[in-house]
Amino acid sequence: MASKVFIGAGAGFACDRTDAASPVADTLATLPGGRFLIFETLAERTLAQSQLDRRRDATRGFNPALERFVGPVLARCLRDGIKIIGNFGAANPSAAAARIQAMARAQGLAAPRIGVVDGDDLTALLSPAELAARETGGAVLRNATEIIAANLYLGAEPIAQALDQGADIVVTGRVADSALALGPLIHAFGWRLDDWDRLAAGTLAGHLLECGSQITGGYFADPPFKNVPGMADLGYPIAEIDPDGSMVITKPAATGGRVDRFTVIEQLLYEIHDPSAYLAPDVVLDITDVTVEEVAPDRVRVTGARGKPAPETLKATVCVDGGVLGEAEISYAGPNAAARARLAAQTIGERMNRRAPGLVLRVDAVGVISVLGDAGGALARPWVSDPGDVRLRFAAQSGSAAEVELLLDEVEALYCAGPAGGAGVRKRLTPRLASASCLIERKFALPRVTLTGGSP
Amino acid sequence: MTARTVRLYEIANARSGDKGNRLNIALVCRDPAHYSAVAKHVTAERVAAVFAGRKPSRVVRYDLPKLAAFNFVLDDVLEGGVNASLGLDGHGKSLSYLLLDIPVQIATRHAVATCDSPVTR
Repeated sequence: MASKVFIGAGAGFACDRTDAASPVADTLATLPGGRFLIFETLAERTLAQSQLDRRRDATRGFNPALERFVGPVLARCLRDGIKIIGNFGAANPSAAAARIQAMARAQGLAAPRIGVVDGDDLTALLSPAELAARETGGAVLRNATEIIAANLYLGAEPIAQALDQGADIVVTGRVADSALALGPLIHAFGWRLDDWDRLAAGTLAGHLLECGSQITGGYFADPPFKNVPGMADLGYPIAEIDPDGSMVITKPAATGGRVDRFTVIEQLLYEIHDPSAYLAPDVVLDITDVTVEEVAPDRVRVTGARGKPAPETLKATVCVDGGVLGEAEISYAGPNAAARARLAAQTIGERMNRRAPGLVLRVDAVGVISVLGDAGGALARPWVSDPGDVRLRFAAQSGSAAEVELLLDEVEALYCAGPAGGAGVRKRLTPRLASASCLIERKFALPRVTLTGGSP
Repeated sequence: MTARTVRLYEIANARSGDKGNRLNIALVCRDPAHYSAVAKHVTAERVAAVFAGRKPSRVVRYDLPKLAAFNFVLDDVLEGGVNASLGLDGHGKSLSYLLLDIPVQIATRHAVATCDSPVTR
């Protein structure tokens, strides 16, 4: 039984910095106790994109940055006994495991023992109509005939089992983000699966770590109100956890960023709804009594997580085809730019109304009214002043790419057939996935753990 | 009590998070002395009014006095969410700053708060 467990975060999202894990692994190597390095790289729709990759090529379908994430730390972790746990398996965990084995061979390392966790894929278990009947808070699936991806959020137990069976590395598809940390804690401390307060503490550790730098100064800086030193070299977090579930959040020495009560509290509440009931597969976490205390520079003690029995149902994310998003932009600059931009927006509105009457059009004036705008309505009101440099952005979405292309062509036509000085047209078509949340009975959760390579 | 008006961003931190078409904004007082003033002025109704252009179907405020923080949950304000919105910010990442622009009255004896903590700096 470990007396202390150290869990570092190597990545907090699919497109995160790929050089962040090295200082974390280097620090973990110096610490006594159970050491784990986790990678969280699956957003809601990432898995569906990976599923499409897998359909095109059966050897793909895992996070495309897998090698860039794991490659730099693989030798160090295997040599020093730091276990790696990542959901970078996405839609094809066994192919990701094979790729890691190939990386180990290429680096001249002995074959690691890799635990593959799957069983999150629901597409063989539930029909589109059965999934639609379980959708919550929307009707994305109402008329769906083809599901691209349907994945349950599995819990921590299969990760703990893989580690119990001697895995050096655990590769998963969809699991609750926090399970990446809770799994190692169940394994290292032997926590019971109905010890709700401990499971809550481990879920809290995972929640705090799962977004990487978002607890060490990322998504935080706002000078001069909120200063963060060394943004270019943010240190990613390490949680030091005691057997009772209390923890200290810190980061590697000689890295940028900051860890204090402010960075910790912002992440504590990130993507939380009811703070007394954060639903995870293994436990319902209550953070209303959590205490956050600075104990030393860049060291914050977090205690007081409480747990309630695990929910009856599990969440699943289901993705279907969402058509095509088209975006086109054009700039107007200099004296009277605002009037010319408004004329351009009006012209596009008139022409699209004729050519594609049903298509909903979004217009933004970047730098005037865009991200905080209300879907174009504010654009019609008088602008406070002429900014002298306006970038118009038009967007529309449709099941028909041809309809969206009409918009892109109309915006490009503004070069000649629009107001004076229209400049710098850029056009982009992006395939879209529509996503839905479903609540699924536990009988459909059939996690599987497979060990490959190495020896226990 | 004499009072003066400041913008929320002068005394508090905020962070947006999204799940589907639901947005949450964590609001954290830099100085716990401001907690009661923020509680009084930044109500769920006030936040619903600030976000009226996005037509929230429900706004709930959860209070976390131990952390001098609040959690606002706004339903149906993300134009369908990151996979459906036609806007640039389908996540709603920038929307914490819409909240931080709200004016609040604080007691004149309470200073505008910085975010540098006693232990680390």
